[in-house]
Amino acid sequence: MPSELINKYFRTESLPHIWCPGCGNGIITRAIVKAIDNLNLKQDDVCIVSGIGCSSRASGYLDFNTVHTTHGRALAFATGIKFANPNLHVIVITGDGDCAAIGGNHLIHAARRNIDLTTVVFNNNIYGMTGGQYSPTTPTGDKGTTAPYGNIDANFDLCELAKAAGATYVSRSTVYSANMIIKQVEEGIKNKGFSFIEAISICPTYYGRKNKKGDAVDMMKYLKDNSINKATYEKLSKEEQENKIVVGEIYKTQMPEYTEKYQKIIELF
Amino acid sequence: MSENTVKLMQGNEACVEGAIAAGMRFYAGYPITPSTEIAELSAEKLPRIGGKFIQMEDEIASISAIIGASLAGKKSMTATSGPGFSLKQEGIGYAVMAEIPCVIVNVQRGGPSTGLPTSPAQGDIMQARWGTHGDHSIIALYPSTVREIYDTTIKAFNFAEKYRTPVILLMDEVIAHMREKVKIPDKDEITVINRKKPNIKPDEYLPYKVEENDFVPAMANFGEGYRYHVTGLVHDETGFPTSNHHIAENLVNRLVNKIEDNIEDIVEYEEYQSKDAEEIIVAYGATARSVKSAIDVLRKEGIKIGLFRPITIWPIAEKQLKEISKKVNKITVIEMNMGQYFNEVDRIAGKDTKVNKYNRVNGELITPEEIVSFIKEG
Ligand SMILES: Cc1ncc(C[n+]2csc(CCOP(=O)(O)OP(=O)(O)O)c2C)c(N)n1
Ligand code: SF4
Repeated sequence: MPSELINKYFRTESLPHIWCPGCGNGIITRAIVKAIDNLNLKQDDVCIVSGIGCSSRASGYLDFNTVHTTHGRALAFATGIKFANPNLHVIVITGDGDCAAIGGNHLIHAARRNIDLTTVVFNNNIYGMTGGQYSPTTPTGDKGTTAPYGNIDANFDLCELAKAAGATYVSRSTVYSANMIIKQVEEGIKNKGFSFIEAISICPTYYGRKNKKGDAVDMMKYLKDNSINKATYEKLSKEEQENKIVVGEIYKTQMPEYTEKYQKIIELF
Repeated sequence: MSENTVKLMQGNEACVEGAIAAGMRFYAGYPITPSTEIAELSAEKLPRIGGKFIQMEDEIASISAIIGASLAGKKSMTATSGPGFSLKQEGIGYAVMAEIPCVIVNVQRGGPSTGLPTSPAQGDIMQARWGTHGDHSIIALYPSTVREIYDTTIKAFNFAEKYRTPVILLMDEVIAHMREKVKIPDKDEITVINRKKPNIKPDEYLPYKVEENDFVPAMANFGEGYRYHVTGLVHDETGFPTSNHHIAENLVNRLVNKIEDNIEDIVEYEEYQSKDAEEIIVAYGATARSVKSAIDVLRKEGIKIGLFRPITIWPIAEKQLKEISKKVNKITVIEMNMGQYFNEVDRIAGKDTKVNKYNRVNGELITPEEIVSFIKEG
């Protein structure tokens, strides 16, 4: 039986979705919708913009103003939409490859502008849609189809990147703790400025299999056992900190928002 | 502006003025010579009329932003030059596929690559036509004077809205930077076309359904109560992706035919001294101006020669060129590239008449004198 949430916010005609059994994308998508519902936003005022990738297909399933853009460009499309019509709540759905590799430049600049977008990265540590190549968040040493001998690239801490670039709300969660994602997306939408929410997801089909992480349940268990909030993490020794997933609010500040600053220029005349 | 506003205006300035007259209220761009003044002037003028200017991080971001802004209801433009135009190609393809009206200005410079940044060139004729991947038609306009830049920029916006397509405005560095006296037309002399909006209830709206006797679907702006999905994937009338072969074929055909079936409406050209001409030169943009001077000289010497100047460079004026080819002994295509338009003209006219070419790619204009001697040596 489809839940009330599905009936209200999902385009049931565009289902079933393309995601594999055990994929974490559904959990994050539901969390976004639940956050929108909790905030009582009008569907006509919400715009969901996604890039290209497994996770980015979410836009098609949701009953809002939705755009499935080109690979990596969701934030640039979203910038145009938000700047042209600041009344819209613009939420960006993107993958780790989409936002940190091909779209990395747009990520740092959207953050730098502090334009009022809420970006949710579905981070599965791999390129899912193209079949398991390594991404900028694949841990060094892990395998992908294009890193058959282990990935030698250093991997990005996306939250630190967003924070350094100027995002005014930064947080991380995992698909194990769905309620945390809901809370963070709510906070992100409420924040007047660039919000960056990294949701660690699981891709049992590629990342899981390639790196012998077990099935979806094992991967979920891993997220549970290795997630730790920021305050506790900071008390740990260097060795204990290794491989931990720091979750919770990473950074929050207040800075003037981009579309509001431009409005002040318009009002000069 | 009053009826008789006469201004000394630069080509790039005329582009911005024309765009604003056409309703442009959103500009996103990344500076590049020789198009930069278009960004600078847009930055100065747009907020004064409630419009928006944003300098994006690169050209890909710029075209993405104008597509987004167009979806949110603003008439949008970006301007660039050769290397930036290459970067925009994926976005142009997206705008073709998702039928998003927008205008892309390319003030050309010498290439390939960083090429000759401050010199004129006409090397992006084929990039404008086929730069993005896949089968599609495209509208590209090519003005030849500063006043015409004003007019064709308005036309570019009108075609973009009417045909729900990205429209490319190709310009020459020399005209972009040249100052000429321009009489700005009065508001009521200007035709401004706006996108057709749906007049049905939101729950009945199919964003990609084309009504009978029409060629494009009605377009709702985001935030107006019509929620729909936009994608660069092959999609059906609902806007949702499909890989149905039949729908894919119909969609691509419609995207091509909405332009090709309306060529009469879109194609514009100028003929000069062509009525009794035994010989025709095909040239566009700045080159056509040298050609006109050359024709005046040649006519004085009794040579019956005329000019055919495409203003709509794509789609090509196939019917008109075919007619001309049956009347003249020779057609010479003169352009500042290695013969990009020549190949097209030869395809159309080559069976009926001799088609010659004269080309230059060193960053210098082709002068009337050398055209005169080339024709005389014939
Ligand atoms: C310009 C361009 N380059 C490459 C691709 C191919 N491509 C599609 S999705 C993708 C990677 C997606 O990875 P990610 O963003 O991590 O999303 P996921 O599928 O894992 O959710 C790539 C490389 C493309 N569509 N466009
Ligand atoms: S490939 Fe991975 S990310 Fe993509 S749907 Fe399957 S499990 Fe999810």
